[in-house]
Amino acid sequence: MSIFEFFQALFQYEFLQKALFTSVIVGIICGIVGCFIILRGMALMGDAISHAVLPGVAISYMLGINFFFGAVITGVLTAIGIGYVSQNSRIKHDMAIGIMFTSMFAVGIVIITMMKSSADLYHILFGNVLAVRMSDMWITLGIGVLVIGLVVLFYKELLVSTFDPTMAQSYGLPNKWIHYCLMAVLTMVTVASLQTVGIVLVVAMLITPAATAYLLTNRLSVMIYLSATIGVISSVFGLYFSFTYNLASGATIVLVSAFLFALAFFFSPSQGIVWKAYKSRKNRLELLEK
Amino acid sequence: MDEALKIDHLYVSYLGNQVVKDISFSVDKSSLVGIIGPNGAGKSTMMKAALHLIPKDKGEVQIFGESLKKWRKKIAYVPQRSDIDWDFPITVFDVVLLGTYPKLGLFKRPTKSDREWAYECLKTVGMETFSNRQIGELSGGQQQRVFLARALAQKAELFFLDEPFVGIDVASEETIIHILRELKKEGKTILVVHHDLSKAESYFDHLLLLNKNMIHYGASEEVLQPEVITKAYANQFSFLQPKGVNVTS
Repeated sequence: MSIFEFFQALFQYEFLQKALFTSVIVGIICGIVGCFIILRGMALMGDAISHAVLPGVAISYMLGINFFFGAVITGVLTAIGIGYVSQNSRIKHDMAIGIMFTSMFAVGIVIITMMKSSADLYHILFGNVLAVRMSDMWITLGIGVLVIGLVVLFYKELLVSTFDPTMAQSYGLPNKWIHYCLMAVLTMVTVASLQTVGIVLVVAMLITPAATAYLLTNRLSVMIYLSATIGVISSVFGLYFSFTYNLASGATIVLVSAFLFALAFFFSPSQGIVWKAYKSRKNRLELLEK
Repeated sequence: MDEALKIDHLYVSYLGNQVVKDISFSVDKSSLVGIIGPNGAGKSTMMKAALHLIPKDKGEVQIFGESLKKWRKKIAYVPQRSDIDWDFPITVFDVVLLGTYPKLGLFKRPTKSDREWAYECLKTVGMETFSNRQIGELSGGQQQRVFLARALAQKAELFFLDEPFVGIDVASEETIIHILRELKKEGKTILVVHHDLSKAESYFDHLLLLNKNMIHYGASEEVLQPEVITKAYANQFSFLQPKGVNVTS
């Protein structure tokens, strides 16, 4: 199917419009939040929180409430648990993350398999963007507005506490609160991304576009815009491949973003492997000629 | 004279060990004080605890006779080089601009005059031509100057610098000490964690000598007497000759 036909289908099918809309929002917010996650050295934490959302989603299903609430609760609890274990024992942060999130994930799997068909589990884990309902779309939009609003309002505080937490603390910013708010935002982003990319691959949408942008600029503000744009491009093209070849949307979206990362990794003007090699070769040749 | 900083019976533990024990001293306004002592003496820890950046076991800290909280925004802290992520996507100018943040309050962005002031501060440390560089592209000394510019941008009354002279070039060291002296003349109070005994006397009016406990606090020439210094550097004594020798930690 050509891109043109994809656009035709887009006008024709409402489910595809909803899918595109949610994917674009997910691309934007994952891109934005991902910048802060990677700069704070919390990539692994992002992975942990996104997985830890699973039992919350399962319990919400069981109670018949919107999975948003359950997800945020188990996500934040896991973040607190990880902090508690690593601060109160010789267990290092990465060990605590490894223990906590796999346990939470396992609890989630047990609950879901006990009560529902494995098809639901499959969709939660890997996403099923073509089945986005109206209510999911509104939740995603709401989370998107909230996340963008928070980052715009607290940009200054996020910048200082990420770059130099000691300075932030010295003039009275509540670093701990900022950390836990960011964890709460992270769980919300995960919830918003459940249907587009699924729990397992959310972390890719958080890290890969942000890391790509990180290779392309020396300014945080630019990095955020770039990262969001890369997120959107990945979502749109990922959706196209998913729809055209009948593949899991999460996988195709993540692959597109990985491809963009590879481009930046090799060809970024300042950081790219290819230019670096070219420049050092040129320097060597010039020295030889002298 | 005005008492800018007063610390009373400060105790700090790290992982269950007491690393700072019973430190009490006070610093007059408009002075330049060096905090010296051997490696692991708790110099940085003491400074961080005094600023409530890490929890303390016990102790009082007063700034101009008031609580630290009231003065927070008027205190500039320059961290150790190792505390900073030098790959962070931020330019030299934007680092200095951070200095204007404390007074801005929530939801407010730096104005044009804030930006002009930040540029002024960058000029003071002689780094204005590097304004658009990423912070990690600079040399150690240049980075330290940029962080000093950030402290200047904060228009602080008290300045706390943690090991600003470690691993930097001579020119940068001279620029920094010159600016610190100017600040002192303007009535500011500056505390510097420092490890190079050879220059301690020429740089600072007062010295605080630590080795977990407080060994001595007083005028520089008084603290640098061999019999005082040996109390702190007892186990490094064999390396130490009276004055002029750099006891690296």
